[in-house]
Amino acid sequence: MMHHEILIGGFGGQGILFLGRVLATAGMLEGHEVSWFPSYGPEMRGGTASCTVIISAEEIGATVTDHPDICIVMNEPSFRRFSPLVKEGGLLVINSSLIRENCSRQDIEILKIPANELAGKETGVAETTNMVILGALIARKPILSFSAVKSALEEILTGKKKNLLSVNFKALQVGKNFEEKERQ
Amino acid sequence: MKTIFERPKTLINKPFTYCPGCHHGLAQRLIAEVIDELDIAEKTIGVGPVGCSVYIYEFFNLDFVMGAHGRAPAVATGVKRSLPDRIVFSYQGDGDIAAIGTAEIVHCANRGELITSFFINNAVFGMTGGQMAPTTLLGQKTTTSPFGRSAEVQGFPFKLGEMLAQAEGSAYIARVALTNPRLINQAKRCIKKAFLTQIEKKGFALVEILSPCPTNWGMTPLEAVQWVEEKMIPYFPLGEIKVKEDGSHDAS
Amino acid sequence: MERILMKGNEALAEAAIQAGCRFYFGYPITPQTEISEYLSRRLPEVGGVFLQAESEIAAINMVYGAAATGARVMTSSSGPGISLKQEGISYLASAELPCVVVNMSRGGPGLGNIQPAQSDYFQATRGGGHGDYRTLVLAPSSVQELVSLTHRAFYLADKYRNPVKILGDGMLGQMMEPVTWEEIELPPLPPKNWAIKGKGEGERKFILCMELDPQELEKFNRKLEKKYQQMAEEDTAWEIFGEESDPHLLLVGFGTVARILKSVIREGKKEGWRIALLRPITLFPFPYKVVQKMAEKAGKVLVVEMNLGQMIEDVKLGVEGKAPVHFYSRVGGMVPTVDEVLQKIADILRGEGRK
Repeated sequence: MMHHEILIGGFGGQGILFLGRVLATAGMLEGHEVSWFPSYGPEMRGGTASCTVIISAEEIGATVTDHPDICIVMNEPSFRRFSPLVKEGGLLVINSSLIRENCSRQDIEILKIPANELAGKETGVAETTNMVILGALIARKPILSFSAVKSALEEILTGKKKNLLSVNFKALQVGKNFEEKERQ
Repeated sequence: MKTIFERPKTLINKPFTYCPGCHHGLAQRLIAEVIDELDIAEKTIGVGPVGCSVYIYEFFNLDFVMGAHGRAPAVATGVKRSLPDRIVFSYQGDGDIAAIGTAEIVHCANRGELITSFFINNAVFGMTGGQMAPTTLLGQKTTTSPFGRSAEVQGFPFKLGEMLAQAEGSAYIARVALTNPRLINQAKRCIKKAFLTQIEKKGFALVEILSPCPTNWGMTPLEAVQWVEEKMIPYFPLGEIKVKEDGSHDAS
Repeated sequence: MERILMKGNEALAEAAIQAGCRFYFGYPITPQTEISEYLSRRLPEVGGVFLQAESEIAAINMVYGAAATGARVMTSSSGPGISLKQEGISYLASAELPCVVVNMSRGGPGLGNIQPAQSDYFQATRGGGHGDYRTLVLAPSSVQELVSLTHRAFYLADKYRNPVKILGDGMLGQMMEPVTWEEIELPPLPPKNWAIKGKGEGERKFILCMELDPQELEKFNRKLEKKYQQMAEEDTAWEIFGEESDPHLLLVGFGTVARILKSVIREGKKEGWRIALLRPITLFPFPYKVVQKMAEKAGKVLVVEMNLGQMIEDVKLGVEGKAPVHFYSRVGGMVPTVDEVLQKIADILRGEGRK
């Protein structure tokens, strides 16, 4: 039965909540039950931010998780805090642009991606780091289809933000390409 | 035969229950006369206070809402925002409007709420039996300032009208007294102006009415009237405190 | 049916609009400010009024004024702000004015924090202000239910001429879930012929909140009592989840906690545990009879709350000593985890759980 508990951590301003929202929207568009829960509080910019997304075939109970099966960490504090929580056999996606430490866990799958560099170089827009990571994640673990993720972006980026669609699509592709090269 | 004096239609045929020498009845009669003259009774809603005039709704042939102590300006705001084409007035004493409800009246005035507010200032808490009010004069003895109000201990008598005049949203602020026929006529003109300020959508309006409280002051009605004239008026000067420039209108 | 991913606070605000709410008076406080922000944009679009008041006290009294005119009106806040509103809520109950008061509660006491908590249960279900009165209290558990219960809140407020509280928490307000927007039909309501509109050509009307004659006030108090009894008979709501027919443990939790308990039950099933969840949807009136029936069936009860033990008092009133009632809680803005509750259940089932 489809059930994923996804935890995303990083600095405020890295697009953590947005990344979670794209995942949750894509899950919803594919007909799953979803929930999105942010850490909230005074840390609006620059502080730590995290977000839990649950995508499931059945009614969602708890909206926070002790044991994410997918965890994305975008900075070192969240790496230290969240990497020990990942469920055995789960996937840890590490933004290696900002995380120099190595993960010693042998019981989980690790995907390292220099997302800041890739976003800067390949899309020219540093703010797409989160979508580069999402592209790589979906390529590694196809919990959702790329087309659903793109439709989710189309649903979220409307009005004045519509012009950001193409660069975000591009970032997804950059992440996907990176993951595919890694696998070879 | 020509009628030269009668009960305003807006007053119920029921004697006021205020103490002898209290001016609540006089003030309410003037308000009723103005409502009759402006022919607005059918669309006027009163918001009552907590205090001596808590039974105000008993005397007016109007729809009335009774709210919590100090909150009449907020209740009136809710009524007026819901029914913007009605005429809404509130009626409060000094404890109600200038102590516990200070925040509500200040922001109501500052928003320029289109309501008309009446403020009975008798320098004392009447209903609870003569305690110190924010408007109690320096040296005045009350049951909670038994040695007389002192500036060092209890601060100064509060000039609410002057303060509200500072608010950009207020359009008409006046202070009146009802101690002689001339002042009564002047007060009625001010009350009318305060309603017209609302009708013409100019902004918030307030009339402060200095009023004697013989019972709690420990005076005869006549002594109390004298006390208003000799003690209160010098500290709380009468007249129009604020008339917005574009707010001049015929008050005859 | 199209589903839209929405934040709890925003879904509640939109549901209020769809339920016919045209007046909102409030004051910002985390974690519910999105309700104000949403309505400040949306109410003018539908010809309504949004007004940010100078205080919670002013806001609830503006609600009082608008409610007196028969309008559908709402305010929202969180713990500290609800405390300030309690004076007005008592007056609304006294004047028998319908309105909806939302509490997206947070950690307390005092300023506390802004994380989710259920520490305002007593305040919500026991009236909260002075005098002998109650408000209906609805406890949503999902974003979709924030929508349906907001509709229901306005309906019940009008049905009973009584304030209705929606008791959520920071988690429900801040989380996003898919929402389906469909027409919600509720039974017809009598006309509000009591509303103050200016007497026109008719008889004058009053909205009052005072009765100095004790004989008369007693009559009024008895009238309120009857109203609260009617609420209990006609509008008590709950959900049962999990092993309904033959449970060996009954869990009781509301709102956010109930969601966690559903996950607990699914996990427990893997261990072969037969557990039922009773989730009160109305906290006042509380489903005492169902609690007793289910507790007798299960023989053991575990109450889980995000407070030091408030709803447990109602559970015990329902159980009437017919089964042991255990308790587990996280407080201060901490949310119980599935693992923690599973551990507690394991202890109880081994006979080690302390009551």
